Amino acid sequence: MTPSTTHKHLLSEGIDDFFTGVYNAYRFFIRFFKEVVKPPFHWREVISQCYEVGVKSLVLITLTGFVTGIVFTKQSRPSLEAFGAASWLPSLISIALIRALGPLVTALICAGKVGSSIGAELGSMKVSEQIEAMEVSAINPFKYLVVSRILATTITIPILALYCSFLGLLGAYMNVHEIEKTSFVNFFNTGLASISFIDLYTSLAKSVVFGLTIGMVGCYKGFNASQGTRGVGRAANQAVVLSMFLVFIEEILIVQVGNWISYF
Amino acid sequence: MRAANSKNSIETHNAVISIKGLYKSFGDLDVLKGIDLEVFKGENVVVLGRSGTGKSVLIKIIVGLLRPDAGTVDVFGERADVLMGKQLDALRLRIGFSFQNSALYDSMNIKQNLEFPLKMNFKHLQKAEITNAVEEVLEAVGLKDKMNRMPSDLSGGQKKRIGIARTLILKPEIMLYDEPTSGLDPITCEEINELINEVQEKYNTTSIIITHDLTCAKATGDRVAMMLEGKFLSAGTFDEVFKIQDERVQRFYKYNFTES
Repeated sequence: MTPSTTHKHLLSEGIDDFFTGVYNAYRFFIRFFKEVVKPPFHWREVISQCYEVGVKSLVLITLTGFVTGIVFTKQSRPSLEAFGAASWLPSLISIALIRALGPLVTALICAGKVGSSIGAELGSMKVSEQIEAMEVSAINPFKYLVVSRILATTITIPILALYCSFLGLLGAYMNVHEIEKTSFVNFFNTGLASISFIDLYTSLAKSVVFGLTIGMVGCYKGFNASQGTRGVGRAANQAVVLSMFLVFIEEILIVQVGNWISYF
Repeated sequence: MRAANSKNSIETHNAVISIKGLYKSFGDLDVLKGIDLEVFKGENVVVLGRSGTGKSVLIKIIVGLLRPDAGTVDVFGERADVLMGKQLDALRLRIGFSFQNSALYDSMNIKQNLEFPLKMNFKHLQKAEITNAVEEVLEAVGLKDKMNRMPSDLSGGQKKRIGIARTLILKPEIMLYDEPTSGLDPITCEEINELINEVQEKYNTTSIIITHDLTCAKATGDRVAMMLEGKFLSAGTFDEVFKIQDERVQRFYKYNFTES
Protein backbone atom coordinates (compact mmCIF):
# COMPACT_ATOMS: atom_id res chain seq x y z
CA MET A 1 0.00 0.00 0.00
CA THR A 2 1.28 3.42 -0.88
CA PRO A 3 -0.53 6.03 1.21
CA SER A 4 0.40 8.96 -1.02
CA THR A 5 -2.48 11.02 -2.31
CA THR A 6 -2.95 12.81 -5.58
CA HIS A 7 -4.01 16.40 -4.93
CA LYS A 8 -6.73 17.58 -7.25
CA HIS A 9 -7.97 21.16 -7.28
CA LEU A 10 -11.57 21.74 -6.23
CA LEU A 11 -12.02 24.78 -8.47
CA SER A 12 -9.03 26.18 -10.32
CA GLU A 13 -5.48 26.24 -8.94
CA GLY A 14 -5.58 30.03 -8.41
CA ILE A 15 -8.92 30.04 -6.54
CA ASP A 16 -7.89 27.06 -4.40
CA ASP A 17 -4.61 28.79 -3.54
CA PHE A 18 -6.46 31.99 -2.62
CA PHE A 19 -8.82 30.24 -0.20
CA THR A 20 -6.00 28.12 1.22
CA GLY A 21 -4.07 31.35 1.80
CA VAL A 22 -7.04 32.97 3.56
CA TYR A 23 -7.51 29.89 5.74
CA ASN A 24 -3.80 29.76 6.62
CA ALA A 25 -3.79 33.49 7.44
CA TYR A 26 -6.83 32.94 9.69
CA ARG A 27 -5.04 30.10 11.51
CA PHE A 28 -1.94 32.26 11.89
CA PHE A 29 -4.11 35.08 13.35
CA ILE A 30 -5.82 32.74 15.82
CA ARG A 31 -2.49 31.16 16.80
CA PHE A 32 -1.14 34.61 17.69
CA PHE A 33 -3.99 35.23 20.16
CA LYS A 34 -3.50 31.78 21.68
CA GLU A 35 0.27 32.17 22.05
CA VAL A 36 0.27 35.76 23.28
CA VAL A 37 -1.40 34.84 26.58
CA LYS A 38 0.62 31.67 27.12
CA PRO A 39 3.96 31.73 29.00
CA PRO A 40 6.91 31.98 28.57
CA PHE A 41 6.92 35.70 27.77
CA HIS A 42 9.94 37.01 25.91
CA TRP A 43 9.79 40.59 27.20
CA ARG A 44 13.40 41.35 26.35
CA GLU A 45 12.75 40.47 22.71
CA VAL A 46 9.53 42.55 22.71
CA ILE A 47 11.47 45.58 24.04
CA SER A 48 14.24 45.01 21.51
CA GLN A 49 11.65 44.89 18.69
CA CYS A 50 9.90 48.01 20.04
CA TYR A 51 13.28 49.74 19.73
CA GLU A 52 13.65 48.45 16.17
CA VAL A 53 10.17 49.60 15.20
CA GLY A 54 10.05 52.83 17.19
CA VAL A 55 13.44 54.41 17.48
CA LYS A 56 14.58 53.44 14.01
CA SER A 57 11.42 54.90 12.39
CA LEU A 58 11.61 58.11 14.41
CA VAL A 59 13.54 60.26 11.93
CA LEU A 60 11.21 59.37 9.05
CA ILE A 61 8.07 59.90 11.16
CA THR A 62 9.40 63.23 12.48
CA LEU A 63 10.13 64.52 9.01
CA THR A 64 6.89 63.25 7.48
CA GLY A 65 4.68 64.45 10.34
CA PHE A 66 6.23 67.89 10.34
CA VAL A 67 6.06 68.33 6.57
CA THR A 68 2.47 67.01 6.47
CA GLY A 69 1.45 69.68 9.00
CA ILE A 70 3.10 72.48 7.03
CA VAL A 71 1.82 71.37 3.62
CA PHE A 72 -1.71 70.70 4.86
CA THR A 73 -1.88 74.17 6.44
CA LYS A 74 -0.51 75.85 3.34
CA GLN A 75 -3.00 74.04 1.09
CA SER A 76 -6.01 74.64 3.35
CA ARG A 77 -5.45 78.35 4.06
CA PRO A 78 -6.56 79.78 0.64
CA SER A 79 -9.86 77.86 0.67
CA LEU A 80 -10.67 78.88 4.25
CA GLU A 81 -9.68 82.50 3.60
CA ALA A 82 -12.05 82.60 0.61
CA PHE A 83 -14.90 81.97 3.07
CA GLY A 84 -13.41 84.26 5.73
CA ALA A 85 -12.80 81.23 7.95
CA ALA A 86 -9.00 81.35 8.34
CA SER A 87 -9.46 81.30 12.15
CA TRP A 88 -10.76 77.75 11.79
CA LEU A 89 -7.36 76.54 10.61
CA PRO A 90 -6.16 75.23 14.02
CA SER A 91 -9.40 73.27 14.51
CA LEU A 92 -9.42 71.90 10.98
CA ILE A 93 -5.81 70.82 11.14
CA SER A 94 -6.15 69.26 14.61
CA ILE A 95 -9.18 67.24 13.55
CA ALA A 96 -7.57 66.13 10.31
CA LEU A 97 -4.24 65.21 11.89
CA ILE A 98 -5.47 63.50 15.04
CA ARG A 99 -8.47 61.74 13.53
CA ALA A 100 -7.00 60.68 10.21
CA LEU A 101 -3.65 61.85 8.92
CA GLY A 102 -1.44 61.06 11.94
CA PRO A 103 -2.48 57.39 12.26
CA LEU A 104 -2.73 56.86 8.50
CA VAL A 105 0.60 58.46 7.57
CA THR A 106 2.35 56.59 10.41
CA ALA A 107 0.77 53.30 9.37
CA LEU A 108 1.77 53.75 5.73
CA ILE A 109 5.35 54.62 6.67
CA CYS A 110 5.55 51.67 9.05
CA ALA A 111 3.96 49.34 6.50
CA GLY A 112 6.77 50.27 4.12
CA LYS A 113 9.66 50.39 6.55
CA VAL A 114 8.74 47.95 9.32
CA GLY A 115 6.47 45.57 7.38
CA SER A 116 9.06 44.97 4.67
CA SER A 117 11.84 44.62 7.23
CA ILE A 118 9.91 42.01 9.25
CA GLY A 119 8.90 40.14 6.08
CA ALA A 120 12.47 40.08 4.79
CA GLU A 121 14.05 39.17 8.12
CA LEU A 122 11.71 36.29 8.91
CA GLY A 123 11.70 35.20 5.26
CA SER A 124 15.47 35.04 5.27
CA MET A 125 15.42 33.08 8.54
CA LYS A 126 12.87 30.69 7.05
CA VAL A 127 14.73 29.90 3.84
CA SER A 128 18.08 29.52 5.64
CA GLU A 129 16.51 27.02 8.09
CA GLN A 130 17.11 29.28 11.12
CA ILE A 131 13.45 28.92 12.13
CA GLU A 132 13.73 25.12 11.93
CA ALA A 133 16.97 25.37 13.96
CA MET A 134 14.95 27.03 16.73
CA GLU A 135 12.30 24.33 16.57
CA VAL A 136 14.79 21.49 16.90
CA SER A 137 16.33 23.29 19.91
CA ALA A 138 12.89 23.08 21.58
CA ILE A 139 12.34 26.82 21.15
CA ASN A 140 8.96 27.97 19.89
CA PRO A 141 9.85 30.25 16.95
CA PHE A 142 6.29 31.53 16.65
CA LYS A 143 6.37 32.71 20.23
CA TYR A 144 9.89 34.13 20.08
CA LEU A 145 9.85 35.72 16.62
CA VAL A 146 6.22 36.32 15.65
CA VAL A 147 4.50 37.19 18.93
CA SER A 148 7.27 39.56 19.98
CA ARG A 149 7.22 41.41 16.64
CA ILE A 150 3.43 41.72 16.46
CA LEU A 151 3.33 42.98 20.06
CA ALA A 152 6.07 45.48 19.24
CA THR A 153 4.23 46.93 16.24
CA THR A 154 0.91 46.97 18.14
CA ILE A 155 2.47 48.88 21.05
CA THR A 156 4.78 51.17 19.12
CA ILE A 157 2.74 52.31 16.13
CA PRO A 158 0.03 54.07 18.24
CA ILE A 159 2.79 55.94 20.09
CA LEU A 160 4.39 56.89 16.78
CA ALA A 161 0.99 57.99 15.45
CA LEU A 162 0.48 60.35 18.41
CA TYR A 163 4.01 61.64 17.94
CA CYS A 164 3.36 62.13 14.21
CA SER A 165 0.14 64.05 14.93
CA PHE A 166 1.94 66.26 17.44
CA LEU A 167 4.74 66.97 14.94
CA GLY A 168 2.11 67.75 12.30
CA LEU A 169 0.45 70.23 14.66
CA LEU A 170 3.86 71.74 15.38
CA GLY A 171 4.50 72.19 11.65
CA ALA A 172 1.03 73.69 11.24
CA TYR A 173 1.60 76.05 14.18
CA MET A 174 4.87 77.29 12.66
CA ASN A 175 3.10 78.02 9.40
CA VAL A 176 0.17 79.77 11.12
CA HIS A 177 2.51 81.68 13.42
CA GLU A 178 4.52 82.93 10.45
CA ILE A 179 1.44 84.71 9.07
CA GLU A 180 -0.80 85.46 12.03
CA LYS A 181 1.66 85.61 14.95
CA THR A 182 -0.61 83.31 16.97
CA SER A 183 0.84 82.14 20.29
CA PHE A 184 1.74 78.48 20.77
CA VAL A 185 -0.74 78.08 23.67
CA ASN A 186 -3.55 79.79 21.80
CA PHE A 187 -3.04 77.64 18.69
CA PHE A 188 -3.06 74.39 20.63
CA ASN A 189 -5.98 75.46 22.87
CA THR A 190 -8.09 76.34 19.84
CA GLY A 191 -7.05 73.25 17.95
CA LEU A 192 -7.48 70.73 20.74
CA ALA A 193 -10.80 72.23 21.89
CA SER A 194 -12.36 70.75 18.78
CA ILE A 195 -11.06 67.26 19.59
CA SER A 196 -13.26 65.02 21.72
CA PHE A 197 -12.23 61.96 23.70
CA ILE A 198 -14.04 59.83 21.14
CA ASP A 199 -11.72 61.25 18.49
CA LEU A 200 -8.68 60.40 20.57
CA TYR A 201 -9.91 56.89 21.41
CA THR A 202 -10.86 56.18 17.80
CA SER A 203 -7.50 57.45 16.64
CA LEU A 204 -5.66 55.27 19.16
CA ALA A 205 -7.85 52.24 18.43
CA LYS A 206 -7.19 52.73 14.74
CA SER A 207 -3.43 52.85 15.31
CA VAL A 208 -3.58 49.70 17.45
CA VAL A 209 -5.42 47.90 14.62
CA PHE A 210 -2.94 49.26 12.06
CA GLY A 211 0.01 48.12 14.23
CA LEU A 212 -1.50 44.67 14.68
CA THR A 213 -2.14 44.41 10.93
CA ILE A 214 1.36 45.51 9.89
CA GLY A 215 3.03 43.13 12.36
CA MET A 216 0.70 40.27 11.50
CA VAL A 217 1.07 40.61 7.72
CA GLY A 218 4.87 41.06 7.87
CA CYS A 219 5.27 38.03 10.12
CA TYR A 220 2.82 35.89 8.15
CA LYS A 221 4.52 36.59 4.84
CA GLY A 222 8.02 36.13 6.28
CA PHE A 223 7.18 33.03 8.30
CA ASN A 224 5.71 31.35 5.21
CA ALA A 225 8.39 32.40 2.73
CA SER A 226 9.77 29.75 0.42
CA GLN A 227 11.90 29.32 -2.69
CA GLY A 228 15.14 30.95 -1.57
CA THR A 229 16.15 34.56 -1.98
CA ARG A 230 13.39 35.15 -4.51
CA GLY A 231 10.87 34.09 -1.87
CA VAL A 232 12.42 36.51 0.63
CA GLY A 233 12.01 39.42 -1.79
CA ARG A 234 8.46 38.36 -2.53
CA ALA A 235 7.64 38.10 1.18
CA ALA A 236 8.95 41.62 1.83
CA ASN A 237 7.09 43.03 -1.14
CA GLN A 238 3.80 41.30 -0.36
CA ALA A 239 4.07 42.37 3.28
CA VAL A 240 4.12 46.03 2.19
CA VAL A 241 1.41 45.79 -0.45
CA LEU A 242 -1.01 43.70 1.62
CA SER A 243 -0.58 45.67 4.84
CA MET A 244 -1.11 49.00 3.01
CA PHE A 245 -4.23 47.60 1.35
CA LEU A 246 -5.59 46.36 4.69
CA VAL A 247 -4.73 49.66 6.41
CA PHE A 248 -6.88 51.56 3.86
CA ILE A 249 -9.79 49.14 4.29
CA GLU A 250 -9.55 49.36 8.09
CA GLU A 251 -9.35 53.16 7.93
CA ILE A 252 -12.68 53.30 6.09
CA LEU A 253 -14.35 50.77 8.42
CA ILE A 254 -13.13 52.38 11.64
CA VAL A 255 -14.11 55.89 10.50
CA GLN A 256 -17.57 54.55 9.75
CA VAL A 257 -17.83 52.85 13.15
CA GLY A 258 -16.49 56.01 14.85
CA ASN A 259 -19.15 58.08 13.10
CA TRP A 260 -21.90 55.71 14.27
CA ILE A 261 -20.61 55.90 17.85
CA SER A 262 -20.51 59.73 17.68
CA TYR A 263 -24.04 59.75 16.26
CA PHE A 264 -25.44 57.76 19.17
CA MET B 1 36.48 2.11 8.51
CA ARG B 2 35.40 3.82 11.68
CA ALA B 3 34.00 0.76 13.46
CA ALA B 4 37.42 -0.79 13.86
CA ASN B 5 38.70 2.22 15.79
CA SER B 6 35.55 2.98 17.75
CA LYS B 7 36.03 3.07 21.50
CA ASN B 8 32.32 2.94 22.22
CA SER B 9 30.45 -0.30 22.19
CA ILE B 10 27.25 -0.56 20.20
CA GLU B 11 24.36 -2.00 22.17
CA THR B 12 22.69 -4.05 19.45
CA HIS B 13 19.86 -5.10 21.75
CA ASN B 14 18.98 -1.47 22.47
CA ALA B 15 17.38 0.32 19.50
CA VAL B 16 17.33 4.05 20.19
CA ILE B 17 15.54 4.84 16.94
CA SER B 18 13.11 2.42 15.37
CA ILE B 19 11.39 3.32 12.11
CA LYS B 20 8.75 1.08 10.57
CA GLY B 21 6.91 1.40 7.24
CA LEU B 22 7.55 5.11 6.77
CA TYR B 23 5.85 6.88 3.88
CA LYS B 24 6.00 10.54 3.00
CA SER B 25 4.90 12.43 -0.08
CA PHE B 26 4.73 16.08 -1.07
CA GLY B 27 1.80 16.63 -3.39
CA ASP B 28 2.15 14.12 -6.18
CA LEU B 29 5.78 13.38 -5.36
CA ASP B 30 6.31 10.23 -3.30
CA VAL B 31 9.55 10.75 -1.39
CA LEU B 32 9.68 7.93 1.17
CA LYS B 33 8.09 4.66 0.09
CA GLY B 34 8.27 2.32 3.04
CA ILE B 35 11.38 2.89 5.13
CA ASP B 36 12.37 0.52 7.93
CA LEU B 37 15.43 1.31 10.06
CA GLU B 38 16.75 0.54 13.52
CA VAL B 39 19.59 2.53 15.03
CA PHE B 40 21.26 1.11 18.12
CA LYS B 41 22.73 2.97 21.05
CA GLY B 42 26.25 4.19 20.39
CA GLU B 43 26.39 3.53 16.64
CA ASN B 44 26.83 5.84 13.68
CA VAL B 45 24.49 4.98 10.83
CA VAL B 46 25.15 6.61 7.49
CA VAL B 47 22.21 7.06 5.11
CA LEU B 48 23.60 7.30 1.61
CA GLY B 49 21.74 8.23 -1.50
CA ARG B 50 21.35 10.58 -4.41
CA SER B 51 20.18 14.14 -3.90
CA GLY B 52 16.41 14.45 -3.68
CA THR B 53 15.78 10.87 -2.58
CA GLY B 54 14.34 11.84 0.80
CA LYS B 55 17.35 11.44 3.11
CA SER B 56 16.86 14.80 4.78
CA VAL B 57 13.10 14.22 4.96
CA LEU B 58 13.83 11.06 6.96
CA ILE B 59 15.76 12.88 9.72
CA LYS B 60 13.32 15.79 9.72
CA ILE B 61 10.58 13.26 10.51
CA ILE B 62 12.69 11.78 13.33
CA VAL B 63 12.98 15.20 14.99
CA GLY B 64 9.32 16.08 14.38
CA LEU B 65 9.85 18.84 11.81
CA LEU B 66 7.79 16.86 9.31
CA ARG B 67 4.96 14.39 9.87
CA PRO B 68 4.88 11.10 7.96
CA ASP B 69 1.87 10.04 5.88
CA ALA B 70 2.12 6.51 7.30
CA GLY B 71 4.44 4.43 9.46
CA THR B 72 5.87 4.84 12.93
CA VAL B 73 8.99 6.47 14.35
CA ASP B 74 10.00 5.43 17.86
CA VAL B 75 12.76 7.42 19.53
CA PHE B 76 13.75 6.36 23.06
CA GLY B 77 10.54 4.32 23.07
CA GLU B 78 8.34 7.34 22.33
CA ARG B 79 6.32 7.87 19.15
CA ALA B 80 8.17 10.89 17.69
CA ASP B 81 5.77 10.99 14.73
CA VAL B 82 2.77 11.82 16.92
CA LEU B 83 4.29 13.75 19.84
CA MET B 84 3.21 17.38 20.28
CA GLY B 85 3.96 20.38 22.47
CA LYS B 86 6.05 19.93 25.60
CA GLN B 87 6.54 16.20 25.06
CA LEU B 88 8.00 16.85 21.62
CA ASP B 89 10.20 19.63 23.03
CA ALA B 90 11.48 17.27 25.74
CA LEU B 91 12.39 14.74 23.07
CA ARG B 92 14.03 17.39 20.89
CA LEU B 93 16.30 18.37 23.77
CA ARG B 94 17.75 14.86 23.57
CA ILE B 95 18.35 15.11 19.81
CA GLY B 96 20.94 17.34 18.14
CA PHE B 97 20.33 18.37 14.54
CA SER B 98 23.17 19.70 12.42
CA PHE B 99 21.76 21.47 9.36
CA GLN B 100 23.20 21.25 5.86
CA ASN B 101 23.73 25.02 5.73
CA SER B 102 24.56 25.23 9.45
CA ALA B 103 21.50 27.50 10.06
CA LEU B 104 23.38 29.81 12.43
CA TYR B 105 21.34 32.80 13.61
CA ASP B 106 22.92 35.50 11.50
CA SER B 107 21.82 38.39 13.72
CA MET B 108 23.74 36.92 16.69
CA ASN B 109 27.47 36.43 17.18
CA ILE B 110 28.90 32.96 17.81
CA LYS B 111 28.69 33.25 21.60
CA GLN B 112 25.06 34.37 21.43
CA ASN B 113 24.29 31.58 18.96
CA LEU B 114 25.57 29.02 21.44
CA GLU B 115 24.02 30.64 24.50
CA PHE B 116 20.60 30.97 22.91
CA PRO B 117 19.33 27.36 23.25
CA LEU B 118 20.61 27.19 26.82
CA LYS B 119 19.09 30.50 27.88
CA MET B 120 15.75 29.66 26.30
CA ASN B 121 15.48 26.14 27.72
CA PHE B 122 17.24 26.39 31.10
CA LYS B 123 16.32 29.74 32.59
CA HIS B 124 17.72 28.79 36.00
CA LEU B 125 21.31 28.60 34.70
CA GLN B 126 23.77 31.20 35.98
CA LYS B 127 25.75 33.36 33.57
CA ALA B 128 29.02 31.65 34.56
CA GLU B 129 27.54 28.20 33.88
CA ILE B 130 26.40 29.29 30.42
CA THR B 131 29.82 30.82 29.64
CA ASN B 132 31.55 27.61 30.75
CA ALA B 133 29.27 25.51 28.57
CA VAL B 134 29.96 27.77 25.57
CA GLU B 135 33.71 27.59 26.11
CA GLU B 136 33.55 23.81 26.49
CA VAL B 137 31.75 23.18 23.21
CA LEU B 138 33.84 25.73 21.34
CA GLU B 139 36.93 23.93 22.58
CA ALA B 140 35.42 20.60 21.50
CA VAL B 141 35.06 21.91 17.93
CA GLY B 142 38.38 23.78 18.04
CA LEU B 143 37.02 27.29 17.53
CA LYS B 144 37.36 28.94 20.91
CA ASP B 145 39.00 32.00 19.35
CA LYS B 146 35.91 32.73 17.19
CA MET B 147 33.58 33.37 20.12
CA ASN B 148 32.90 37.04 19.33
CA ARG B 149 32.78 36.73 15.55
CA MET B 150 29.61 36.96 13.49
CA PRO B 151 28.56 33.90 11.41
CA SER B 152 29.21 35.88 8.22
CA ASP B 153 32.90 36.14 9.21
CA LEU B 154 33.35 32.35 9.25
CA SER B 155 34.25 29.91 6.48
CA GLY B 156 31.88 27.09 5.46
CA GLY B 157 33.77 24.51 7.54
CA GLN B 158 33.85 26.76 10.59
CA LYS B 159 30.10 27.36 10.28
CA LYS B 160 29.52 23.60 10.22
CA ARG B 161 31.62 23.21 13.36
CA ILE B 162 29.72 25.99 15.15
CA GLY B 163 26.45 24.40 14.02
CA ILE B 164 27.57 21.13 15.60
CA ALA B 165 28.73 23.00 18.74
CA ARG B 166 25.29 24.62 19.05
CA THR B 167 23.66 21.21 19.14
CA LEU B 168 26.28 19.79 21.52
CA ILE B 169 25.66 22.50 24.09
CA LEU B 170 22.35 20.79 24.95
CA LYS B 171 24.23 17.49 25.47
CA PRO B 172 22.12 15.43 23.05
CA GLU B 173 22.03 11.64 23.11
CA ILE B 174 21.31 11.43 19.38
CA MET B 175 23.03 13.47 16.66
CA LEU B 176 21.46 13.90 13.24
CA TYR B 177 23.86 15.29 10.63
CA ASP B 178 22.38 16.59 7.38
CA GLU B 179 25.08 16.53 4.67
CA PRO B 180 27.90 17.48 7.06
CA THR B 181 30.57 17.66 4.35
CA SER B 182 28.64 19.14 1.43
CA GLY B 183 30.30 22.13 -0.19
CA LEU B 184 33.57 21.73 1.70
CA ASP B 185 37.11 21.12 0.44
CA PRO B 186 38.62 17.62 1.01
CA ILE B 187 40.79 18.68 3.97
CA THR B 188 37.89 20.38 5.75
CA CYS B 189 35.73 17.31 4.96
CA GLU B 190 38.33 15.16 6.69
CA GLU B 191 38.31 17.48 9.72
CA ILE B 192 34.51 17.32 9.90
CA ASN B 193 34.62 13.52 9.67
CA GLU B 194 37.11 13.45 12.55
CA LEU B 195 34.91 15.82 14.52
CA ILE B 196 31.86 13.55 14.03
CA ASN B 197 33.87 10.61 15.38
CA GLU B 198 35.24 12.68 18.27
CA VAL B 199 31.72 13.81 19.18
CA GLN B 200 30.54 10.22 19.14
CA GLU B 201 33.36 9.11 21.41
CA LYS B 202 33.38 12.09 23.79
CA TYR B 203 29.62 12.54 24.19
CA ASN B 204 28.67 8.89 23.58
CA THR B 205 26.04 9.86 21.04
CA THR B 206 24.09 7.74 18.60
CA SER B 207 24.19 9.32 15.15
CA ILE B 208 22.51 9.29 11.79
CA ILE B 209 24.63 10.89 9.10
CA ILE B 210 22.94 11.88 5.86
CA THR B 211 25.40 12.19 3.01
CA HIS B 212 26.25 11.34 -0.57
CA ASP B 213 29.97 11.61 0.21
CA LEU B 214 31.36 8.05 0.35
CA THR B 215 34.58 9.16 2.05
CA CYS B 216 32.48 10.62 4.86
CA ALA B 217 30.38 7.43 4.96
CA LYS B 218 33.46 5.23 5.18
CA ALA B 219 35.16 7.39 7.79
CA THR B 220 32.19 7.87 10.11
CA GLY B 221 29.73 5.01 9.64
CA ASP B 222 29.50 1.82 11.65
CA ARG B 223 26.68 0.86 9.35
CA VAL B 224 25.60 2.21 5.99
CA ALA B 225 22.10 2.21 4.52
CA MET B 226 21.79 2.88 0.82
CA MET B 227 18.62 4.75 -0.13
CA LEU B 228 17.38 4.71 -3.69
CA GLU B 229 14.02 5.96 -4.93
CA GLY B 230 12.55 6.32 -1.46
CA LYS B 231 13.53 2.88 -0.18
CA PHE B 232 16.56 1.27 1.40
CA LEU B 233 18.18 -0.90 -1.22
CA SER B 234 20.70 -2.41 1.17
CA ALA B 235 22.19 -1.94 4.63
CA GLY B 236 25.29 -3.24 6.38
CA THR B 237 28.93 -2.32 6.66
CA PHE B 238 30.37 -0.07 3.97
CA ASP B 239 32.02 -3.00 2.17
CA GLU B 240 28.89 -5.14 2.34
CA VAL B 241 26.73 -2.42 0.80
CA PHE B 242 29.08 -1.80 -2.10
CA LYS B 243 29.51 -5.50 -2.87
CA ILE B 244 25.98 -5.49 -4.27
CA GLN B 245 25.92 -5.82 -8.03
CA ASP B 246 23.41 -3.07 -8.69
CA GLU B 247 24.33 -0.66 -11.45
CA ARG B 248 23.19 2.43 -9.51
CA VAL B 249 25.18 1.44 -6.42
CA GLN B 250 28.28 0.71 -8.46
CA ARG B 251 28.01 4.04 -10.29
CA PHE B 252 27.79 5.75 -6.91
CA TYR B 253 30.94 3.96 -5.78
CA LYS B 254 32.89 4.49 -8.96
CA TYR B 255 32.21 8.22 -9.03
CA ASN B 256 33.73 8.60 -5.58
CA PHE B 257 36.54 6.06 -5.75
CA THR B 258 37.56 5.73 -9.39
CA GLU B 259 41.28 5.26 -9.67
CA SER B 260 42.79 7.71 -12.09
